[in-house]
Amino acid sequence: MAAALSTFRICDFTGQLAGAGATKWMASFGAEVIRIEDPVREGRWDILRGSAPYVGKLRGIDVGGAFNNHNTDKLGITLNLRKDKAKQILTEIIQQSDVVTENFAKGVLEKWGFGYEQLKAIKPDIIYVSNCGFGHVGPYSDFRTWGPIVQAVSGLTFTSALPGQEPAGWGYSYMDHTGGYYMVMAILMALVHKQRTGEGQWVDMATTESAQCLHGPALLDWTVNKRPTRQPTVANSNRNAWPGMAPHGIYPCQGADEWLAIACRDDADWQALGGLIKLPWCEAEIFASLSLRLEYQDQLDENISSWSASQEKFAAADLLTAAGIPAAAVQKPQERVDQDSSTQGFGLWPTVQHSKMGKVRVDGQPVHLSATDWQMKRGAPCLSEHTEQVLTDLLGYSAEAVQQLREEDVI
Amino acid sequence: MTALAGLRVIEIANERISYAGKLLADMGADVILVEPAGGDPSRHYPPFVDDQPGPDRSLYWWHYNTSKRSVVLNLDDSNGQDQFRQLIKSADILIEAENPQRLAKLGLDYADLIKLRDDLIHVAMTSYGRDDPKSALPVTDLTLMAAGGPVWSCGYDDHSLPPVRGLGNQGYNTGCHFVVMSLLTAVLHRGVSGIGQFIDVSMHAALNVTTEAGSYSWLVAEKTVHRQTGRHASTSPSGESQILCADGRYANTGVPPRFPHEFSSLLNWLRELKLEADFPEAVFLEMGADWQGAFDLSLIGKDDTLTAVFSAGRHALLLIASRISAYDFFFGCQSVGLSVGVINSPEEAFEDPHTVARGFQVDVEHDDLASSYVYPGAPYRFEKTPWQISRRAPLLGEHTEEILAEIN
Repeated sequence: MAAALSTFRICDFTGQLAGAGATKWMASFGAEVIRIEDPVREGRWDILRGSAPYVGKLRGIDVGGAFNNHNTDKLGITLNLRKDKAKQILTEIIQQSDVVTENFAKGVLEKWGFGYEQLKAIKPDIIYVSNCGFGHVGPYSDFRTWGPIVQAVSGLTFTSALPGQEPAGWGYSYMDHTGGYYMVMAILMALVHKQRTGEGQWVDMATTESAQCLHGPALLDWTVNKRPTRQPTVANSNRNAWPGMAPHGIYPCQGADEWLAIACRDDADWQALGGLIKLPWCEAEIFASLSLRLEYQDQLDENISSWSASQEKFAAADLLTAAGIPAAAVQKPQERVDQDSSTQGFGLWPTVQHSKMGKVRVDGQPVHLSATDWQMKRGAPCLSEHTEQVLTDLLGYSAEAVQQLREEDVI
Repeated sequence: MTALAGLRVIEIANERISYAGKLLADMGADVILVEPAGGDPSRHYPPFVDDQPGPDRSLYWWHYNTSKRSVVLNLDDSNGQDQFRQLIKSADILIEAENPQRLAKLGLDYADLIKLRDDLIHVAMTSYGRDDPKSALPVTDLTLMAAGGPVWSCGYDDHSLPPVRGLGNQGYNTGCHFVVMSLLTAVLHRGVSGIGQFIDVSMHAALNVTTEAGSYSWLVAEKTVHRQTGRHASTSPSGESQILCADGRYANTGVPPRFPHEFSSLLNWLRELKLEADFPEAVFLEMGADWQGAFDLSLIGKDDTLTAVFSAGRHALLLIASRISAYDFFFGCQSVGLSVGVINSPEEAFEDPHTVARGFQVDVEHDDLASSYVYPGAPYRFEKTPWQISRRAPLLGEHTEEILAEIN
């Protein structure tokens, strides 16, 4: 059966994770994604292109490990858009594309002569999806962001913290991943609409808005009840108020930096936990009901920690889950990648073939479609790896014409 | 005109899947929630409007169920099952996050349902995958985030403090993003081929591929990242990036100045604030501003002058931050081209002038309470098929008669 998205072509200017992660989804379901890069700056508008992690001693613009992870199965071409002939080639690609994607700062494509108005003039039913932190409209539309800035401004950094401490934040660009997911949804919804009506459109994404949608109940508590999340005491985000649960936290285990998450949803979970721990404090009056456990949660957490500190984290998680209590070891990368039967069984870490790096494992997709599943086979394109292929196969240029363009520094 | 008009989605009510239904419903899909008698348990989650509990007063419920309709059906009795089958005949898509065995036991799993609707798209979201025995074990958002990777990367430089889970049920949200992405992919394929399919979404897998360098540092180089306060977990320690400002709030300094024009702008700003006299290192900012050619960042810590220039950049930011509010620091830095963020609380983000100017605050009518309330708006702005909350979350049983009349 043909791949799910094999009828679609994307003219792709995205980079980093927030944009490239989105078109990776499209490519993994068979869309033809043509990555446009600048030969003069060796594609460095994507800072990940030549960055760590590396395989062994390999270094250079083609072998960035994160870049490979985010750009599997895409075609990579170079166009020097300072030159008119390159603009002509880009125009020919757009004429044959369904979607143009980018996550530049506002105005970059326009400056090159490929803003939305020009794109429509080239292809009236084009779908254009722009993705940046503050969007293309509004007072901050010239401000610059990357994942951690989006998370800071939108409230996600603030709500990840322990009492008495500054914000912990997310420890990685959660909103680069998630901004990419919203970009995929935007592309796909616009394609659904186009499939039914023939109509294209522009989708303006501000990931600071996508991020705020992830805090809905807290925002409604503010607008409806005027209760702010900023309180004199910082909330412990390892606890849970909606709904209230106690114990609910991350507790130390045997060994260095080993931790166990436990969540007792109700009195039954708590009684089951007490039955396993079997220490006198489990019977204490102050822990007898949920409202009491919430009131004395600091003391409860101290007791649980003193018990958990001598437990091995995986054995303890197995013991608790077998008794029906939600619990899980805090897994380190090696544990969840190499030693976790669930990620392995799901086929979550496929191996792709990269032209210079050889076989490399990458993040797969966390879904399986019974009729048209995803595939990842080829690593990220080396700089200009598919320029000749795209110019000859898609646009009908002769090998001689391609050579001429190369000599003129167009490609 | 809406993007998903005419697509009917049946959602078996469950706190884990509710965000996926909202994302579809706010883009125009006809999403029908199937709730048990008494309603879904998340109708009783705090916070409540005016702090008064009630099945139609949960703000948690309100947020996650906008633009949907609700029908009460008891899937455990044969009458309810018959009605559910009628619903499926009228539907394009089923989304659910039930225990993996439940629907098969009721005779309502994919194999049963495609006999009624052969192009059905059935999305099953589970903890660890539909065929993984671990999916039958109890989980919450916290335990999923711990097992799936985000928690390991998040926390403080002090590793005697536990790692941290960010708030907001982001484990469920992440699974729901993949539910929507995969079902839209299947809808497009069905548009070409006429073929439906079964989709298996694992929340554990979804979190595992949402950890950035956590996963790929191991996949590519077998290196382990370690958590750091307010910045990326990393295989080697990096410089601090959070600054306490004069109003007691924090800002994230992002990437410190690293181009001559940035040093120049920073120096000008320092002068505007009349702080140059308080800053003996200003001379190094001037050197940075007048630097010929590109900085060789690999020499920081080795070349004395370069090191002094870069540390002056950071110290200037610290000095400015100590004299002005976090918001003014953010605005001032961005105005001179530095990618800095104020660490807003959610309500501060929501009331921010940019958020307001873009129209992110939307009013939703609650006829039952004779009032309207302000909700978070569109996660993306479609030019021709705009996102819209078409109705408040359904009251318990509100559309049961209406929907049963439609399908019978």
